[in-house]
Amino acid sequence: MKISINNIIHEAEKQETILDILNRNGIKVPTLCHIKDMFPSGACRMCLVEDTISGKLITSCSSVATENMKIQTHSPRVTEARKTIVELLLSNHPDDCLYCVRNKNCELQNLSEELCVTERRIRGNKNSLSIDRASSSIVRDQEKCILCGRCVRVCEEVIGVSCIDFINRGSKSIVGTAFNKGLNVSSCVNCGQCIMVCPTGALTEKNHFSEIKIALQDPSKTVVIQYAPSISVSLAEEFNMKPGKDINGNINAALRKLGFDFVFDTTFGADLTIMEESSELIQRITNKETLPMITSCCPGWVKYAEEFYPEMIKHISSCKSPQQMTGAMIKSYFAEKENLKPKDIYSVSIMPCTAKKFEGQREEMTQKGISDVDAILTTREFVKFINMFGIDLEKLQPELTDSPLGTRTSAGKIFGTTGGVAEAALRTAYFKLTGKELMEFKINDVRGLDNRKETKIKIGDLELGVAVVNGLGNAKKLLEEIKAGRKDIHFIEVMACPGGCVGGGGQPINMDTEAIKIRAKSLYNIDDNASIRVSHKNPDVVALYTEFLGEPLSHKSHKLLHTSYNMRKVIL
Amino acid sequence: MEKVKEILQNYSSEGRENLIPILQDIQDNNGWLSEGSIIEVGNHLNLPVSKIYGVATFYNQFSFQPKGKYHVQVCRGTACHVLGSASVLKELESTLKIKPDQTSKDGLFSLEIVACIGACGLAPVISINGEFHAKITSDSIKQIIDNYKQQQNN
Repeated sequence: MKISINNIIHEAEKQETILDILNRNGIKVPTLCHIKDMFPSGACRMCLVEDTISGKLITSCSSVATENMKIQTHSPRVTEARKTIVELLLSNHPDDCLYCVRNKNCELQNLSEELCVTERRIRGNKNSLSIDRASSSIVRDQEKCILCGRCVRVCEEVIGVSCIDFINRGSKSIVGTAFNKGLNVSSCVNCGQCIMVCPTGALTEKNHFSEIKIALQDPSKTVVIQYAPSISVSLAEEFNMKPGKDINGNINAALRKLGFDFVFDTTFGADLTIMEESSELIQRITNKETLPMITSCCPGWVKYAEEFYPEMIKHISSCKSPQQMTGAMIKSYFAEKENLKPKDIYSVSIMPCTAKKFEGQREEMTQKGISDVDAILTTREFVKFINMFGIDLEKLQPELTDSPLGTRTSAGKIFGTTGGVAEAALRTAYFKLTGKELMEFKINDVRGLDNRKETKIKIGDLELGVAVVNGLGNAKKLLEEIKAGRKDIHFIEVMACPGGCVGGGGQPINMDTEAIKIRAKSLYNIDDNASIRVSHKNPDVVALYTEFLGEPLSHKSHKLLHTSYNMRKVIL
Repeated sequence: MEKVKEILQNYSSEGRENLIPILQDIQDNNGWLSEGSIIEVGNHLNLPVSKIYGVATFYNQFSFQPKGKYHVQVCRGTACHVLGSASVLKELESTLKIKPDQTSKDGLFSLEIVACIGACGLAPVISINGEFHAKITSDSIKQIIDNYKQQQNN
């Protein structure tokens, strides 16, 4: 099929939308409400093009091409209409770009510039809506909301939570929770995917900057930092380096320059998680306890289960997440070694995740009233921190992490992508059950970005059914199958965000599927080239058990590294 | 007592097309949609509560506060507007100390703006519990409200 776009004939597939054809041919048309690979809603009208045969302006995102169609994408009528839309959106906008967290990284700001909006033609009444700061992870500033609805759709269609929707009608419309209450009492799981799709500064993470700056200035505090496995491959592009490049050495150097006294790696905690989690899996299988066992690394998933599937809580591994395990070890093992009091340690982490901020303040994540982790930065906040301190990340000489919680294996590293936790756990479980290492250390069936991956692994006489899901909406389908009596799955990995942590809600804005793929690939490259590829061979983890914990699932391990979950009554 | 469970029994839990009829039934029976009732509808239809609240707030016919013993409807149709219904509304707001869609603290009065109620010859007109009061002025409105208050006291 042929259609004419700006007087040039282009090929079009059947059922292809005009927007897809334009994108395929490198013709840029602005969009606001559109989310790639999701059903178009046609709400914002930014993607208007002119159908010169009918003379109508049509939305390219939701219009399917027809034979011999004639389209103008940038005719005076079209650009004028687009400009008016932006002017209308700006008419009640707070206009506080200089004070906005999304300054220079805002779709509305970009469009205003692109369409040459240079004067205020339309003056509307400004909204006066309060900022919702009730959540420990996410802040909602509704005055900046342009009602594109992307957050509503991601929350419903990808995450399957639907804690927000449009409320009221017409000029009074807002996006809000049930009964317009704070996000903290809603079913929000803090995944932050809404932030990733928000075109403006209406949705942001709760900032932990000031607490950290105060701690760094406090001479009585030893300030310790850890960063998640996915961080080192997620921020190169923010500093003009090749996307996906592993820059952990530069990160270590930058963190010391920022004033952190000790730099540890959450990947160590991931290895530790594997030691505990694989032992728990083996124990559950041997003692015929509740199966399938489900991973507990993802705090978005854990809260989701507590709200929507309290009857499945017994399936969730009692292991704390790598962040919390590392945090617990910092304030016990490391404190003992360095002769520090836990209360004098300020423990920070960098996470690709907003839900980690919630996890860090959970009551279960404390010892004698002292939190395992005190403050959590998202990848985005970390990038700002580096820029604020004038550090040129690219030029820094790479440095190593500190001992004893800095040594990592590549098994812990692949935690950063969907399937990684399952693969790492199986490598160690295989060794523990057979005494032999898994051939080539690779389980290809659990790799990749598919919504759900399933495989069977033969370990000795045992055939282990493994399922991996990413995106909580996909977890829901699997859980329903388990509830309906499916018995062939023994171990499930769940990650709330699409692609796992590399696609987390704390990652730099403007992330697309391509970025997620590149980051995942980079993690697997690290694994391919690593000398130690199984958690049980991590020398510092081995030393930790010898010197301090005893063995996996020991009394001490249970006290420090394991937790419990409770049914959570929220408005579903 | 709120009547929600009985109402829900009349509707299958399958299908969201029942949502608005259910909400209308609850509104008719209880005079408003309480948080509890909206949550129960969510459980019944297996729909997120945020969605139900979104739908319910879209329509003017649903209220989220119980109505007062005397429900005052102010006509803001064209004829009433021309003859001063804006100041009638203002007067009511200050007399009752509530805004439209609110209920006074003592539970006696609630206020609602309605489009034309088809009594243009009586403009500006208000209706209290279905009883029409014609050709309202700022003075007469106080008298009318006082009368209802006295009725309550007797």
